[in-house]
Formats: sequence, structure tokens, C-alpha cells
Amino acid sequence: MEMFDIFLLEAVVNGLLLGGVLALLALGLNLIFGVIDVVWICYAELVMIGMYAVFYLHSVYGWPLWLAMIAAVAIVGALGAVLHQFVIRPVLAAEPINQLLVTGGVLFFLQAAATLVFGVEFRNIGVSLPQLQVGGMYVSFARLIAFLVALGGMIGVYLFLTRTYLGTAIRAISQDRAIMPLMGVNPDRIFVITSALGGALAGLAACLLVLQYDIHPAIGLSFGPITFMICVLGGLGNMIGGFIAAFIFAQFISVGGYFLHIEWGYVIAFLFFIVVMFWRPQGILGGK
Amino acid sequence: MNLRWIGLLLLAAAPLAGMGNYPLHLFIMSLLWAFVYTGWAIMGRLGMVSLGHGAFLGIGAYVVVMGWNHYGLSPWFGIPLALVMAGLVAILIGYPCFRFKIVGHYFALVTLALSEVTRLIIVALRDQTGGSLGVTPVTALADTSGSLLALQFSSKLVWFYIIFGFWLAGLWIWTRVDRSMARLALQAISQEEEAAASVGMNVTRLKLGVTLISALMTCMGGALYAQYQLYVNPETVSGIGISLQMVFGAIAGGMFVRLGPTVGAAFTLLLAEVLRLALGHDIHGLDSTLYGLMLVLFIIFMPKGILGAAQEAWEKRRGAKAAAVA
Repeated sequence: MEMFDIFLLEAVVNGLLLGGVLALLALGLNLIFGVIDVVWICYAELVMIGMYAVFYLHSVYGWPLWLAMIAAVAIVGALGAVLHQFVIRPVLAAEPINQLLVTGGVLFFLQAAATLVFGVEFRNIGVSLPQLQVGGMYVSFARLIAFLVALGGMIGVYLFLTRTYLGTAIRAISQDRAIMPLMGVNPDRIFVITSALGGALAGLAACLLVLQYDIHPAIGLSFGPITFMICVLGGLGNMIGGFIAAFIFAQFISVGGYFLHIEWGYVIAFLFFIVVMFWRPQGILGGK
Repeated sequence: MNLRWIGLLLLAAAPLAGMGNYPLHLFIMSLLWAFVYTGWAIMGRLGMVSLGHGAFLGIGAYVVVMGWNHYGLSPWFGIPLALVMAGLVAILIGYPCFRFKIVGHYFALVTLALSEVTRLIIVALRDQTGGSLGVTPVTALADTSGSLLALQFSSKLVWFYIIFGFWLAGLWIWTRVDRSMARLALQAISQEEEAAASVGMNVTRLKLGVTLISALMTCMGGALYAQYQLYVNPETVSGIGISLQMVFGAIAGGMFVRLGPTVGAAFTLLLAEVLRLALGHDIHGLDSTLYGLMLVLFIIFMPKGILGAAQEAWEKRRGAKAAAVA
């Protein structure tokens, strides 16, 4: 009986650590939705590109890991800006469904392009971090780092949004898109900056995930849907809601996966999501 | 009017003219997807953009195959069972969504969750469903009476006429919905839900009705797909990929025009095949990369779809002519 408890606790702790990375993913998507009002269906594919960037720069070109990671954040950030400029901007005035779909098209494109350029083999950067043993529990060091960095990233974004002029402009435009141009803010520029920031957050998430998972072109599909669910659960565009929802979801996956098979953890999390939508369709923290 | 009937007859007679097996297969697949995309567009064009139709497709395919493989249940009974299940799922998801006004991006993402749940359940039940490897219905092609009972036919011609029939039925359903008061009501609802409700429209019931039609058509399409292909796989009949593909097909053709989804189905299928044949398998992924790129360009530059854009151009020309006469 005692053994049982310690493993369950281990699952809970691991869930907590997984929650940090999921919260980071949700943050980027929420930021973009909150400001630009577009859901990037291809968000997890940007993460995939970031993971490949770390892999190639570090394992193939021999850059030090930290430099490769910084470069990956920059590359995915730039990719976010490019995505906005060339794909989202032309459809900003179109039907919302077209905006959703165009990023769905980018999902197909990035996945296929990754297959084309990087091949279908599973890759990993070959860095294995030790397991920490805390009071009989085994906790992955990589997950602990991921959790802490994700937390740091989120605090950074929070400070940026609340303490800087640019951040204030971003928050203002998310509240009233029509009035801000009158106040001397150029919405186009703000959108590009927000997209770059959202992309950079995807890049940061990529750096953390690459420590734990193998990379392959379809890896986005294992994070993408769950990120959308988290954002909706927390209320689309609501960053604090997304943060809380990420931890709830991570517990379902981790503890559900502990009792049953890992897929059932996901199924239970998704079903929970659907049930919550009936109870609070605007999300757990969403306003009326 | 006459032109239309002649066109239909030509279409129906085309396989008799001795088409090769491969073109006939593409023809059948186009019509099958056309039927499914039409089913999607019936609700999609009324402002309910579902990314969850993979769920209904998956239920149609897997319930029928599982019933046959594990319980010896003939698809003649398996299909109604699957339809009932898909209907229940549609109501279970649709009712709260419509009752609590989950629309737009929220609706798309909630339904996306539904299609992922379906895929994961199929994968998780791998002892019964074969998991990601997919499953083949136990064959009954050897004897003639068994083949009818199992709804498995080796002749492509038989399948062509079955699916041709369903496709026509799909267009007929579209027309019926299009000419009903419900369509006008739903159009009003998709524009301004509160206002529509305030003049006494039962928003929830109207939306649920159309959703049910759409879900049942998609489920039927899934069952036909499984019986025709004699192989199903969780990735090809459920999950985010196929759900997006349905939406793309309908949009590419033009989801506001009756034949739009059909044109979209034929176009996307042929485009993928042509790219595959032209580029071959030497460079893995090149064909799908171009395919993805074209989808993106399509949505940016032709948001109304092929047929929608053609119709608009035609009407503009006619308008100009009428103005010239007057």
C-alpha cells in the first residue's frame, strides 16, 4: 500500500512538472489569440521546427547546446513574424473560418516540409539528464528544468506586458483594436511583434521539449490538440486561465496515465474538457 | 435543366465505357469524399465550422468493422447501429454547444477535441481495433451470398453505383435543406444569434437538426469508406488530419454552392494524386509539401472556392451585360 502511494505521488509531481511546459505552450497561443484574434492551429508545428533547429545546430553542426537553444528561440520567433506577415495578414479581414483554416494549411505544409527536409527518422539530441531521487520518488531532471524555465518565461512575459511601453500597447490593442490607432499605436507593427513573441515562446517550449522527447515531423500532433484544449478551458485569450488549465490537464494525463494506459489519460482529459465546456462554456476563468 | 440530366447520365454511364481500374478507383473516391464533404458543408456554410467530423467518420468506419469482425454482425445492421451512435454523439456534443452559445473558434476547438478523443479511443482499444496499425474487415469476398451479407464487393462497378447513389442523395438532402425555412433561419442565426432568438427562433433545435443530418451523412460515408477500401486506420478516418482535410475540400470547391464540395473533393484528390505521380516517391514529402502550400495559397487568394469564384465571375458578367442592355 505504501508503494502504491509513492508512485501515485510521483505521478502527481511529474504531472506538475509537465504542467509547466503545457502552460508555456498555452501562453504563446493565448497571447496571439488575445491580441490578433486568430488561433494558430499550426502552433505545435512551430515547436517542431524549433526542436529540429536545436537538433541540427547542436548535434549536426556542433554548436554548444545553450547557443543552439538561443538560436532556436530566435529562429522560431522570426518564423512567427513571417507567418503573420505572409499568411495571417492577407486574411485578417476575411471570415474567421478562413483565418483558422489558413493556419491549418500551414500545419500540413510544415509537417510535409519537415518530412521532406529532415526525413521521417526519429532524432534526439543525445543529451540525457539524470533522474533525481527525492524521498524514494524518481523525478526527471529534464522535466524539473523545463518546469523552472517555463515558469521563468511566463514571469518574463508577464513583466514585459505590464512594465514596458510595448507591452502596454499590446494589452491595449487586445482590449480595443479600433481605438488604438487613434492613440498613435500602429496595429500592424504590434501584431508582428506579438507574433514574433508568440513564436519565440514556441521556440522556448521546443528547447525544453527537446530534452525529453524524440523529434519527428508529426510530433506537433501530440502537443497541438492538447494546447488548444488548455486555451479553451482557461478561456481563449485568458493567460491566467490557461496557466491553471495547463496544470489541471497535466494531472489528468499524468495520473490517468498512471492508473490506466497513457492514451486513456488523454481521453479522460479530453472528456473532462468537453464536460467543462457544458458547465462553463466561456472557460474556467472567462468572463461572461 | 436538360443539360443537368444529360450530365448526370454521362457521369453514370462513364464507367461502362471501359475505364481502367485506377481511374475508376479515383472516380469512386472522389464521389465518396464528395458525399462526405457535402455532409460537412451542410452545417459548415451555416456558420457551424466543425473540426470534429473525423469523429463521425471514425464511428461509421469502426463500429461497422468491429461489429462484423468480433460479433459477426452484418453491416446491414452495423450501419444503422453506427448511425444511431453517431447521432447520439452529435446530440451529446451539439446540444450543450448550441444551448450555451459556443460558436466560432470555440466551437471549432471543442469539436476538434471530439475528433481527437475518437482517435485516441480507437488507438487505446488496440486489442480490439488493432490500434494505429489499422484493421481489415474479415473477408467474405469468396462466396456470392456472403459477400452481400458482409457488404463486400470485389467489383468496382458495384461500388461505383452504390456511392454514386449516395452522392446523389447527398445533393438531394442539400437541396432540401437549402429550400427549407430552417436554412433561412439558420442563416439569420449565423449572422446575429441574439436577434434571431429574439424573434422566436429556436436556435438550439434548428442547429441541432442540421448537425444531426451532417453527422449522419459523415458517419455513412465512414462506413462506405471502410467497406470499399476494406482497410481502416485511426489516422485516416479520425483525428485532426482528416477533419481538416474535409474542411479544406469543402472550402476549396466552395461551400456555399451545391456542387462546391464535390468540385473540392475531386480537385483535392486529383491534385494529391497528380503531385504524387509527377514527383514520385524518390523525394519523400515533396508532393505533400506542395499540396500544403497550395492549400494555404488557395485560402488566401480564393476564399470562396473554385465554384464560388466562378459563380461570382459569371454573375458579374451577366450583371454587366444586363446593364449594357438597359
